This record gives sequence, C-alpha cells and structure tokens, in this order.
Amino acid sequence: MILAWTIFLLMGTGLLAWLVSRWSDTLPRIISLAGILLFLGIVLCLWFRHPAGAVRLAKAASQLPIGNGANYAPSGAPAAGQWIVHYTHSWMPSFGIRIILAADGLSLLMLLLTAFLGVLSVLVSWKEIKSRVGFFYFNLLFILAGITGVFVSLDLFLFYFSWEVMLIPMYFLISIWGYENRTYAAGKFFLFTQASGLLMFLAILGLYFVHGRSTGIYTFDYEALKGTLMSRPAAFLLMLGFAAAFLVKLSTVPFHSWLPDAHTQAPTAGSVLLAGLLLKTGAYGLIRFVLPLFPQASHQFAPAAMFLGVVSILYGAKLAYAQTDLKRLVAYISVSHMGFILLGIYAFNELAMQGVIMQMVAHAISTGGLFIIVGALHDRIQTREIGQMGGLWTQVPKMGIMGLLFVLASLGLPGLGNFIAEILILTGSFAASKTLTVIAAAGFIAATLYALRIMQKVFYGAVLKKWTITDFGLREMIVMGSLAIVIIWLGLFPNSILNATQQTVRGVIEQVNIMPNMPQNANR
Amino acid sequence: MKEFLWLIVALPFAGSLLLALAGKHLPRLASAMIGVGSVALSAILVVLVGLDFLHENPAGVPFHQTLWQWINVSGFSPGIAFQLDSVSLTFIFVITFVGALIHLYSAPFMWKEEGFARFFSCMNLFVGFMLLLVLADNFLLLYLGWEGVGLCSYLLIGFWYKDPANGHAARKAFTVTRVGDTAMVIGLFILFTNYHTLNIRDILHAAPHTWAPGSRIAITTAFLLLGGAIGKSAQVPLQTWLPDAMAAPSPVSALIHAATMVTAGVYLIARTHVLFELAPIAQNGVAVIGAITLIVAGMAAIYQHDIKKVLAYSTISQIGYMFLALGVGAWSAALFHFMIHAFFKSLLFLGAGSVIAVLHDEHNMYKMGGLWKKMPVVFWTFLVGACALSALPLITAGFYSKDEIIWQAYASEKGSITLWLTGLAGAFITALYTFRMVFLTFFGQAKAEPSYRPGLGMTLPLVVLAFLSFAGGFIQLPDNMGHVTLFSHFIEQVLPAAPTPGTATTHAAAISATTATGATATYTAASGHAAEWIAQSIAAALSIAGLVLAYRLYYNKPFPAAEPIRGPIQQFFFKGWNFDALYDKVIVQPIVFLSRIDKNDIIDQFYTSLASIAGWFNKRLASTQNGKLRWYAMALAIGTVITLTILLCT
Repeated sequence: MILAWTIFLLMGTGLLAWLVSRWSDTLPRIISLAGILLFLGIVLCLWFRHPAGAVRLAKAASQLPIGNGANYAPSGAPAAGQWIVHYTHSWMPSFGIRIILAADGLSLLMLLLTAFLGVLSVLVSWKEIKSRVGFFYFNLLFILAGITGVFVSLDLFLFYFSWEVMLIPMYFLISIWGYENRTYAAGKFFLFTQASGLLMFLAILGLYFVHGRSTGIYTFDYEALKGTLMSRPAAFLLMLGFAAAFLVKLSTVPFHSWLPDAHTQAPTAGSVLLAGLLLKTGAYGLIRFVLPLFPQASHQFAPAAMFLGVVSILYGAKLAYAQTDLKRLVAYISVSHMGFILLGIYAFNELAMQGVIMQMVAHAISTGGLFIIVGALHDRIQTREIGQMGGLWTQVPKMGIMGLLFVLASLGLPGLGNFIAEILILTGSFAASKTLTVIAAAGFIAATLYALRIMQKVFYGAVLKKWTITDFGLREMIVMGSLAIVIIWLGLFPNSILNATQQTVRGVIEQVNIMPNMPQNANR
Repeated sequence: MKEFLWLIVALPFAGSLLLALAGKHLPRLASAMIGVGSVALSAILVVLVGLDFLHENPAGVPFHQTLWQWINVSGFSPGIAFQLDSVSLTFIFVITFVGALIHLYSAPFMWKEEGFARFFSCMNLFVGFMLLLVLADNFLLLYLGWEGVGLCSYLLIGFWYKDPANGHAARKAFTVTRVGDTAMVIGLFILFTNYHTLNIRDILHAAPHTWAPGSRIAITTAFLLLGGAIGKSAQVPLQTWLPDAMAAPSPVSALIHAATMVTAGVYLIARTHVLFELAPIAQNGVAVIGAITLIVAGMAAIYQHDIKKVLAYSTISQIGYMFLALGVGAWSAALFHFMIHAFFKSLLFLGAGSVIAVLHDEHNMYKMGGLWKKMPVVFWTFLVGACALSALPLITAGFYSKDEIIWQAYASEKGSITLWLTGLAGAFITALYTFRMVFLTFFGQAKAEPSYRPGLGMTLPLVVLAFLSFAGGFIQLPDNMGHVTLFSHFIEQVLPAAPTPGTATTHAAAISATTATGATATYTAASGHAAEWIAQSIAAALSIAGLVLAYRLYYNKPFPAAEPIRGPIQQFFFKGWNFDALYDKVIVQPIVFLSRIDKNDIIDQFYTSLASIAGWFNKRLASTQNGKLRWYAMALAIGTVITLTILLCT
C-alpha cells in the first residue's frame, strides 16, 4: 500500500503546486520540494528497513551451490520472497487488469534514485524556471509519479499506463520550457517514444492473448505471464515488441536520434530527469520484463543486442567528440554509456548485470552533474557553444572542480562510480564475447578524448570572451556537493548498492539461463 | 608500527582533500605546511614501518592489510588492501622520500604562482595514488592507482592552464597512456576470467601451474600488461607524450616524469615477473623495446636545445635501460637503477628548474652559459647528477646501477651480444648528451644574468639528492669489486635472481649432482669475473669517451644565442624521430576527419528524411483538396470506373 501512497503523494503534490501557483511563484517550489523530500524519506525508510532482509536472503542464496559465471543451479528461490513490498488491488477484473505494485532491491534502488534526482531537479529549477511555475512543477511531479509507477508496476497494463504517464508531461516540459528548438525536439521525442511504446503495447496484448489461450486465464500479471508457453517465432516477435520500446528509451544506435535533440532542448531539470531516469526505464524494462518473460528469445537476440551495445558505445563517443554544443556533447555521452548497459544486460551473467545496475545509478549522477553545470553556464552566459567559452576556471573555480569530477567520472576514472560499472560490465561480458568486449574497451580511449575536450574547451585554455560570471552559489553547491559525494561513494563503497540488488540480479540471471533447458519451449 | 601502513597512504590523500576544499581560504604558508608536511610525515612513517617490517621478519614475509572489501560480485572481490614486501617497500621509500624533498623544493619554487594550493593538492594526490599503485595487493586497486597517477600527471602538466599548448600536452599525455592502460585492462579481463581473482599473489602462485611456458594465453596476457607498462613508462612506440609533458612545472617533472610515475611500468613488469617468465617472447620483447628506446631517446636527447627536453628524453632512455634489465631477467638490477635514477634524475630536474626560474623562464640552453660561478650550489649538485647519469666509473651511483644492467644484458641467460652492444652505445650517447647539457648551461660565455639565488628551501633538497646520487651506489657493488649485495639480497626476497649462465649451471648441478657440471660452473664463474672486468672497462671507457667528445664539441664554444640551424637529419632527431608527425597523419587526422564529416549524425538524417517524405506526401494529398468542383467530379468518375472494373472483371 505504501507504494500506492507514494505515487498518490507525488501526483497530489503536483496538483497542489499547480493550484497554489495562482497566489505565488515561490509556493509551488516549496510545496514540490517538501513533497519530494517526503517521498525521499519514505523510500529511505524502505531502503534502510530492507537490507536486513536482503542480507538474510543473500545468505540463504549463497548457501546454495552457485558457481561462477553462467552455470547456476536452479535454487528454486520462492518467487514471492523476492518482493520486499507487495500490494495488489483489483482494477478492471473483467480484463484481468489489476493494480499490482511491488518492489524488490532493484526497484527500491531505482526509487531512491528517482527521489534523489527529484529533489535535485526541483532545486536546479528554483531560479531557472520563471514562467508558469506551478504548471512546471505539476509536470515535473507527474513525470516522477510515472517513473515511480514504471519501477513498481508488476501488472503489464499498469506498467504501460505508467509508461505513458511519464511521457506526456515530459513532452510539455520540453515544449514549454525548453530552448530555441523546443517544439521540434519535443515532437521528435514524443514520436519516437510513442511509436515504440505502441509496439510494446501490441506485444503486451499479444502476450496476454497467447497466455490466455493456452491457460484459459486472461491476465496481465507479470508473475503469471512468466513462463508462458509459446512457439519460438511468437516469443521472438513479442520479445522484439518489448525490446523496441526499451531500446528506443535506452537510445541505442540506431534509435538514438531523439535523444540529443530532447536532451539539448529540455530545461536543465528535464535533461537531468531524461538522462537520469527516463533512459534507465529502458534498462529496467529489459532486466525486469524482457529477460524473464522471454528467456530463450533473449538468448537468440543477445548477439545482435551486444553488437548494438558496442556500436552505441563507440558511435556515441565519436559523435560526442564532434559536437560543439556543450549540451549536445553531454547528450551523446549518454548514448555511449547506455551502450555499456545494453552490452552488460545481454552478457547474461551476474557480474555484468550488477555492473549494469551500477551504471544506471552512476550515469544518472555523472551525467546529471554535467547537465546541471551546462545549465548553470547557459544561465550565466546564454550560450552552449563551446567556441564561446574557454579559460573559465579563473572565474568559476568551483564549477571547474565539479566539472572536472564529473568529466572524470564519465571517462571511467577508477575511484568513481562509473568505473565500477564499466569494469564489472566488461569483465562480465568478456566471458560472453571476447571480441566485442575488446572493441568496447576502446570506448575508454574514446571517452578520454571527448571528456578531456570538455575540460579544455570550457575551463582551460585561453580566455576567448570576457564573461563576467558568478561561481556556484550555496543552493547550487548543495546540489553539486551531494552529487559529488554520491559519485565518490559509489566508486569506493559500491557494495552498499550491489548487495541490495544481488538477489534480484541472481533471480533474473537464473531465469534467463535455466529456461532454455526446460521443455516448455517446445511448440504448444 | 606496521599497522600504520594505511596511514602512509592516507596522509597525502588527506592533505590533498584539505587543500582542495579549504585551499582558497588558507594562507600560502599553511598550504605549504600541509602539502609538504603530509608527504614528509608519510616518509617518516615509511622509515618506521620499514624498520619494523625488516626487524620482525628478516625473511621478508609480505605484510598484508585490508581496509575494506571494495567490490564483491560473484567472485569478483578485490579489496582495498595493501601488501608490503621488499619491492613495494623500496618503491614507497623512494616515492615518499624523494617526494618529500621535491615538495620541500616546490614551496619556494611555486611561491608566487597563482593556484599555489591547487598545485600542492594535486601533488599530494599524486603521491597518494602512487603509493596505492605500489602497495595494492590486487590488480584492480593497482589500476586505480595507475589511472590516478595518470590523472594527476594530466592535471599538473596542464597546471598553467591558460596556455592552450599546455592543455594539449596534458591531454596528449592522458590519452596516449590511456591507450596502454586499455591494453592492460584487457589483460586484467583475461586474468580474471582464468583465475577468478585479481589478487596479485594468488595469480602469480597459480600461473605456473595452469599456463604452460610459452603458451599463447600467457604470451597474450604478458603483452597486454606490457602495453600498459610502455604507455606509462613512455617506451617506444608510446613515448611521444613525455617530451611534451615538460610543460609541467619543474618539480612536477622531477617527481612524476622522472622519479616515480614513469617507472610504474617497471614496477608492473617486476611485480608480474612470473607472467613474463611464462612468456619468453614477451619478456624478450621487453628487452628489445628497452634497447630500442634507449637508443631512440638518447639520439633525440643529443639534439634538443630545451634543457628539460634533454632530461625528458634522457628519462625515456634510462627507463629503456630498466626495461632492458627486466627483459633479461635482471630484476634487482632494474629496481636498483630505478632507485638511483630517481635520485639523480630528480636532482637534475630540480637543478634545471632552478636555472630556468632564475633566468626568467628560459629553457633554451643556447641562451644560458657561464652559470657555474653564479650558482655554485646548483652547479655542483647538477654536476654530481650529471656524472651519475653518465655513469662515470667508480665514483657515481649511476655507474654501479647501470653497469649491472649492461653486464647482465650480456651475461644473463636471456641476454645477447646485440643487447649488450646497444647498452654500451647507449652509455656513450648518455655521457655525450649529458655533458653537452652541462657545458652549454654552466660554461662558456654568460648570455643571461640570474635574477636571484635559490634559497635554502631549494638548495637543501639538491644537496641531499646529490649525496644520494653519489653514495646510493655503494649498497650494491659488482661481485668483482667488493661484492656488496645489500640491495639485490633485499629484492631477491621477492624477485628471482638474475639467471646468469653461471648460476643456472650451478642450479642444474645441484639437481643432477654431477661433479663435472659443478666444475664447469666454477669455471664459468671464474671466467665470468675476467669478462666482467673487461665489460666494465669498456663501459667506463665509453662513458668517458662521451664526456671527452662533449668537451671537444661544446666546452667554451662561442655558440650564438639563437636557435641552432639544423640539417634534415638533425631535425629528424630533434623532432624525436618524427613519431609525432607519423601519429598525427596515421591516427589523429583520420579520427578528427571522421568526427568532422559526421557531426550531424547520418542516422538522424535518415529519420529527418522520413519526416520530409511524409511531409511531401502530405502536401501532395492536401493539394487534392482544392475545393474545385470539376476536379472532384472527375476524381469521382475515375474512381467509379476503377471500382466497377475491379468488380466486374474478377
């Protein structure tokens, strides 16, 4: 029930923020901040209550004979025990649609990330957004509510519903408060996401009917749909429907081209949420739905997916290196980093999958930090053109240090979160495909090129134009400082996160790896 | 005392963090105290910990300390954990001790610079990462230190960030070394996939039992690790970043680009010696790369006019000697030369830094001259360093360390005449460029007036380092001259002794227990002595010959203060064998070109063209809705005809 309340809390706060904007512009900010802080508090409560359970379960799991790499013994872990919080409520019984909300370690981690970035995005919009403040925060909170829904829905219909809920307010966010080319960018974002989302909806319906015909039970329940009997081509087709939506969200090359426009044109908070959370829903979808629902089809798809992952890493990096618009550059970094996620997911082992989860969090922090810096710069000098900057360190050393930190995180410097993620992913994927991993490792070099270019063009070098700009103020330093602490924490103490998601990851890996041996893949 | 091992690493990190956070609000003196103090305290701790370590176990059993479990995912479980043995003790001693001296020197040297606290913050950070690198008990933590020192090198090369050239040099250093690092990371993937651990000791223990000597996987892994080593240690073909790195302030060059970071490759190979012994081709490759590098860089050094570039190429060349030693299995000789080189090369860099500073940032040796009377302390200490670098016989530490390498290049089982001759040629070249530098800088006609005399803070480190460059050699003397083996004995607790044919045969004799082989062994050892005498004399004669030639060519010659005119061959060597031009054509330009032609992303054009096609159809179809009745009637008629045709004819 607590999960449902959190969603209502976010939506309610959003409505209230819109309502009070009739009287004041500051009030919606305060209300939103309070609402999200409350949300953060709830999630933190869940999180800190949870590790005890996680450790207990992990211990139980570790006593099972689990080998290295791929050969997991079927441990028969109870499916229900996976969920820390679980809530079911009837919605449309005649169609088998229910409200099933549940969270395990992975969901909780994502909720924590959502709440954290939510707080930050309210704070960074504090002064940046000056028009229609109430409606802005309404949209912001509805995006967060939608994302929360995506991370906790276990009914496929409800999942799709949440998927759409997060899409529409984001469209408004870009098209109303975006930069010069916002209408184009918002439209492109909407079309890409909507078209691919439609494919997913068709696949959901397909799965619903296949399952209904074979068992007589028409349901959208995730747990029930797992292990549905279907022919191989059907499974592959349905899997593709899901994967389409998730790959587009994950901005995999060649479906990435909405991302640079949307990220560049969105207001800072929008970019932070897009990069930090919306992209991650794609990864989450692949891990939560595609792999467990279609284990064998996923195996079929794996070589292609890993290949696309590697292409994304290198092509994204190459495009990032070429950009002269700083925000666009950062946007292409996301494409590159999401490539690591795709590569890791389809390596099908615990090492790579834990790396993927780490990357989801670390990328959210590092790219979020970079977007905030770009936004702050744009606020001060009204341009995102790299050619107009240069030698800014003298004037804004705090911004420079923060920029350095997140640039280094992006290039995978050990000691920061992204490194843990990338090393785990590549070590894991090395077991799955040596060639692809070696090519992907070249991404480290490419990352060095684009990342150092940012530092050189923005903060170092000769002063090209004499800007008079102010350094980060207190509010901005709170935002950046908390991001900095998190990214260093992730780099030095990644276990605090990896432990929490271990059980989920093992479950998924187990499901995807033992399924091909089971007879139910035969034609029905 | 040993339990305080972690504090040695933590102190510089703490200093760095403090300076980064509060540096702006601290007065310079406080920044300097923190910066110098943290490393000095570390150095004192190293002495205490080291004494405790030596005292408690003369056999040199490694001491372990785990701070916390870093990562733990399905068997991938490196910790933040340290391992202290004789090799890492040697390294941390050099790092903290030389580091502290250089920090002390930096305080007056950098006093007037903007970003004083930033400088010390980066320097401290560097020392911290470097200590992590050599103390790490697993490859991932080693890699953390490895990348960390690269970062500090980047930050400090670009310390004077306002000049874009410095930024370029910094990025070049980071990028080129990252190429090597990526090879190394792939090597780590192979190691983990095969051994399910990244613990260095465990892997070294397991490797001989799982990998056959000369097997493909062993060779691949060794070569990948070698890739990391040549990047970091600036060996051919990844040496191009180091000469440019001289854009850094001189103390940085002394600490990072001479004494410590660039020898990380030597450390890595020595640390993973088991893997290299399993891959004879790779180990031979180390020797060959070392030999090639020492000649390539030495030749380039002769033609430089920038005093720091001479020293940079010299560093590349001297690390070439260390690689040569590693490649022939003379492990302790390599580490001995590392230590002695750290002393005299940082001394030379600091001396050069003093000269540059007092001459208003003048790097060109042709614009110096006659300084020996005006800066006596700098001159005499510089001379000691130069003698050590040229390996002048008997009186310098450099002689004992380098002679050992040259001798082993011949005498070791893995050595050969070619390697030996290369080493000898290098000795001649070294003496030539070193004394060319000395004569141009300190003798002849004075072309510039020093603006001030360096104070005690700057001269004291010079004197201490000069003493070490002189006396450091006597802890390890060749077996035909006194046979002192303090250092090699100490190192051989961890690393195997050099496989000379003599020892190898004795070893074989012990196994086969035949008196005949035993007699042969004694015979080889005896004849070895004679050969060693001859070899030493040749090396000594060559280095003196280099000095004499330099004297003939450069002493008191009235060179114009302008840049010398160079012929094409001289230009070729001056440009460091044109490696930069080659890489620029083959690698840099294609990448830049590729990124430029596709800036707007060809894939996106596909989607936009989809959109414009849709728009085109929209226009065409919309134009049918034109409100003209005749048009509608005709369309209606045609439609009816088509429909009827279809209906009736099918």
